[in-house]
Amino acid sequence: MQNTHILDIQNVSKTYISAGKSLRVLQNINFSVENGSSVAITGPSGSGKTTLLGLCAGLDKATDGHVLINNIDLKDLNEDELAAVRNQNIGFIFQNFQLMPTLTALENVMVPLELRGEKNIKSIALDLLDKVGLADRSHHYPIQLSGGEQQRVSLARAFSTKPAILFADEPTGNLDGETSIKIEQLLFDLNKQAGTTLVIVTHDLELAAKTNRIIKIKNGEIISDEPTLIKPNLSSKD
Amino acid sequence: MAHNKFSDKKGIDFSWVLKMAWRDSRKNKSRLLLFISSIVLGIAALVAVYSFRDNLERDIDQQAKALAGADLILESRKPAEKEFAALIDTLGDQRSAERSFASMVYFIKSENSRLVQVRALQGAFPFYGEIETKPAIAGRSFQEGKRALVDQTLMLQYGASIGDSITVGALNFEISGALEKAPRQTGISSSIAPVVYIPLQYLEETGLTQIGSRIQYKYYFKFNEAKAVDQIVKRIEVPAEKEGFDIETISSTKESTGRSFKDLSRFLALAGFIALLLGCIGVGSAIHVYIKEKMSAIATLRCLGVRAKEAFLIFLVQVFFLGLFGGVLGTALGTGIQFLLPTVLKDFLPVQISMQVSWAAIVQGISLGVIISILFALPSLLSVRKISPLNALRASYEVPEEKIDFQKWLVYFLILLFVLGFTYLQMNSWLQALAFTGSILIAFLLLYIISKVLMWVLKKSIPQSLAYVWRQGFANLYRPNNQTLMLTISIGLATTFICTLFFVQGILIKSVTLASGNDQPNMVLFDIQPDQKDSVAQLTRNYDLPVISQVPIITVRIESINGKTASDLAKADSSSSPKKGNEEEEPSQRAFRGELRVTFQDTLTQAEKISAGEWVGKSNKPNQPIYVSLEQNYAKRIKVEVGDKILFNVQGVMMPTVVGSLREVNWNRMQTNFRIVFPTGVLEDAPQFHVLMTHTPDNEASANYQTAVIKTFPNVSMIDLKLILKVLDELLSKIGFVIKFMTTFSMATGWIVLIASVLISKNQRLQESILLRTLGASRKQILTITAIEYLFLGLIAATTGLILALFGSWALAVFTFSSSFSPSIVPIIVIFLVIIALVVLTGVLSSRKVLYRPPLEVLRNQ
Repeated sequence: MQNTHILDIQNVSKTYISAGKSLRVLQNINFSVENGSSVAITGPSGSGKTTLLGLCAGLDKATDGHVLINNIDLKDLNEDELAAVRNQNIGFIFQNFQLMPTLTALENVMVPLELRGEKNIKSIALDLLDKVGLADRSHHYPIQLSGGEQQRVSLARAFSTKPAILFADEPTGNLDGETSIKIEQLLFDLNKQAGTTLVIVTHDLELAAKTNRIIKIKNGEIISDEPTLIKPNLSSKD
Repeated sequence: MAHNKFSDKKGIDFSWVLKMAWRDSRKNKSRLLLFISSIVLGIAALVAVYSFRDNLERDIDQQAKALAGADLILESRKPAEKEFAALIDTLGDQRSAERSFASMVYFIKSENSRLVQVRALQGAFPFYGEIETKPAIAGRSFQEGKRALVDQTLMLQYGASIGDSITVGALNFEISGALEKAPRQTGISSSIAPVVYIPLQYLEETGLTQIGSRIQYKYYFKFNEAKAVDQIVKRIEVPAEKEGFDIETISSTKESTGRSFKDLSRFLALAGFIALLLGCIGVGSAIHVYIKEKMSAIATLRCLGVRAKEAFLIFLVQVFFLGLFGGVLGTALGTGIQFLLPTVLKDFLPVQISMQVSWAAIVQGISLGVIISILFALPSLLSVRKISPLNALRASYEVPEEKIDFQKWLVYFLILLFVLGFTYLQMNSWLQALAFTGSILIAFLLLYIISKVLMWVLKKSIPQSLAYVWRQGFANLYRPNNQTLMLTISIGLATTFICTLFFVQGILIKSVTLASGNDQPNMVLFDIQPDQKDSVAQLTRNYDLPVISQVPIITVRIESINGKTASDLAKADSSSSPKKGNEEEEPSQRAFRGELRVTFQDTLTQAEKISAGEWVGKSNKPNQPIYVSLEQNYAKRIKVEVGDKILFNVQGVMMPTVVGSLREVNWNRMQTNFRIVFPTGVLEDAPQFHVLMTHTPDNEASANYQTAVIKTFPNVSMIDLKLILKVLDELLSKIGFVIKFMTTFSMATGWIVLIASVLISKNQRLQESILLRTLGASRKQILTITAIEYLFLGLIAATTGLILALFGSWALAVFTFSSSFSPSIVPIIVIFLVIIALVVLTGVLSSRKVLYRPPLEVLRNQ
């Protein structure tokens, strides 16, 4: 039987050792994400949602359990192999944008493509910047862009490699309401066009409601995992 | 469920790494250049020294003939015996003879006298090069009559001009030329012993060649065929050694000159290397801060799929090119500075230097730039591998530290190895290289410990009742990301070098000044013939001057020790294996080299103490053994102990003796001290001369007394200690100038490192300043906080540097110069305040950009 899950989390726990004491941040987490779906992970501050995102995206390793992306078990991979998995399968959007300050908007978008050794990357990157409405700002450095513009560059970068799965950590957490709505719309539009699986970590319930499914965690454990009642409006408003 | 097996076979795309390194550096160019500026001066100093060394070697090679002045030189402290003299007469196609000795010269017009080195010359020496005089013709023509060539500085000093007369011994000579440069002499040696040339034919008439006079006999030869020299050297080697003659040729002159100047360039290169090491600390620290700031960008790259080694390589490439750029910049500067070195070192140079670009030095400088940049940046660069992609999500995330990072320790080991290896290349001795590296390491450690302790004390002792700006200023010194340690080490080391130099100069001057105290002799008369002994003493008393001591001096040679002669030992040496077991028991061959000046006395002087055996002051019975006393260190050097038998050759008469005692001698006391002392009743009738010591209260008494002595006893020479002091002062200031010139590089590097550190740490301070400004702090308050921080930074650095310098100078004073150490307070305070002022000024001026910009503008640029 063909596995339709892009992400499988199996009995995952995470423990940190801090000041000689062990601190269990996540405990026995289990869930799967279907190809092309969108999932929101919500919960209060300190609940472990960012830690879970880190584990799902192969940024960190679980203390126990298995994380599978595209049916690749991340447990036995070394740091370089994890980096390659991220480059070939994953896209990221960060709360604080995380653009390289020394690279122009265009170069920031080109980096993941360059890492994959793809051709015609400049035109792909320009096309994506055009889609996010920043074609005329391609040679600007992040410092010369507003917060919303920086997050749009970040979106273009995240979709540049057409990742199988996209992780977004509070993508609108640093933006005002109006800009947030524009970014969310853009995120879902691009997601739909690319057919990418979307995993969003947020405590913004309105944003969470726009996904197919909401996983709520508290104190390192999943307290609910349910489909959303109202489907997000995926048509573009812009 | 079966999982896909993942494998990553992709190699590193170096062109992408290069591209990223370039992209990343574009926005950081000025900062990166600032980092590298720390090493520019160090490299410049080294390249200048290397280029200078290469040019000097080439010029010594090219000017070796003029340096030697002849193809073959025979030199001895005694005239050639009949047979050897006959042999000498057959050598060479052209011959020249010279006798040189120290003697007083009396300037008739100014009525002044001065101890000079008289060179009585006959023949056309120098055969290569010239005796440089003004007028030029005088160098060759002075031998045609009773004419003299007088050192030009001496002429200026005594207001003498061409045509004036000087008295040498019993004869007057007309000054026919001012001596600008004598062959085989550097500027520094002419200031210690200025030269006066007279024709050899008049030497006897001066009356200065009496028995016991310390005359150096030299014979110069020119050969039309260069090949002949080697054959002749082979032929005369054995008889020359037997006669006590040293042989010099152009190649041996070249070798010995080259060797002594290698020592000079080694010292200069080490001084440059210290500046470079300071710069290396600067680079290491700057890269550390730089990488810390890059953490978030590196984490993002890691999220995007960049492998740890690729991220590491991006920054390694940057450092490589920075090092290359720093190397090129330093090399260009050094190539320019090398043209200054001949001016700085002019008094020490034996040849005319023709400065040219040295490609070898350029390659060394550039390679050094690259190597040290990478080596000292590596500890920070290695941490790039450890930056987790999780840092993109959480800036505070820290990778659990491994207990031992072997790669980092390997780099530290490589750094140590590099310092040791580089030092070895300069010094050519593992022991010295280890000592230097050890000293640097100890200095580093001490500075580290002292600054840590001072920071701890500050942290613990700041009262909460202090005003906020003071507490904040102090807190900046020990809070996270502070630059205290790095600045303490760089400024502290520079302070140590400068202060130690200053203190050592003081110790040397003091030891000589002490020797010239009221109760100490300050005038030495020598070459007094036995029949003049009582009259000279009487004349001294007539001038109300004390005869502090009057001792006889006899010239002797050691013929054998325990029955073994020099040739016995030489034979034993050549026939035995290198690891011979009895080496320690054999007397050293050096005992047989040269002549010894000994005295006889019945009691020990105040400077002497018996350390082994028994002192025998009189030898009255003819058949009893003669017990001599040896200075303990000399006995050790020639491997002789109490009870050993020494056969002395007292100017032809063989005299068997037994070592009766060893003495500890305080050489620092201003008096005549001897390595070998005979008892009375043995050498009284041997050919000898006497030395008399007295004390003149002032310059006038000294001048009157000298004039009287030279008029009555023209053969007697005098050393005025005040003159020696003056010469020593001159010498020290000349050496000091060279050292200061090289220390400038360290000081300037320390200053650049300071500026760089302040500017680099500026970003770390920015947030806090903005917050303070937003909360209503005035510019003045922020300025005060900054000034307080740098005030104490300078205080810690200058204090630690001074403590090290005081400790080092004390150790040098006690263990090397056997002197007490009491540094002057005023200069210490001045140096201390200047360093602190410089640190505060640099700190405040470099931070003013942050202080005088509106918070929003700064915030937007974050």
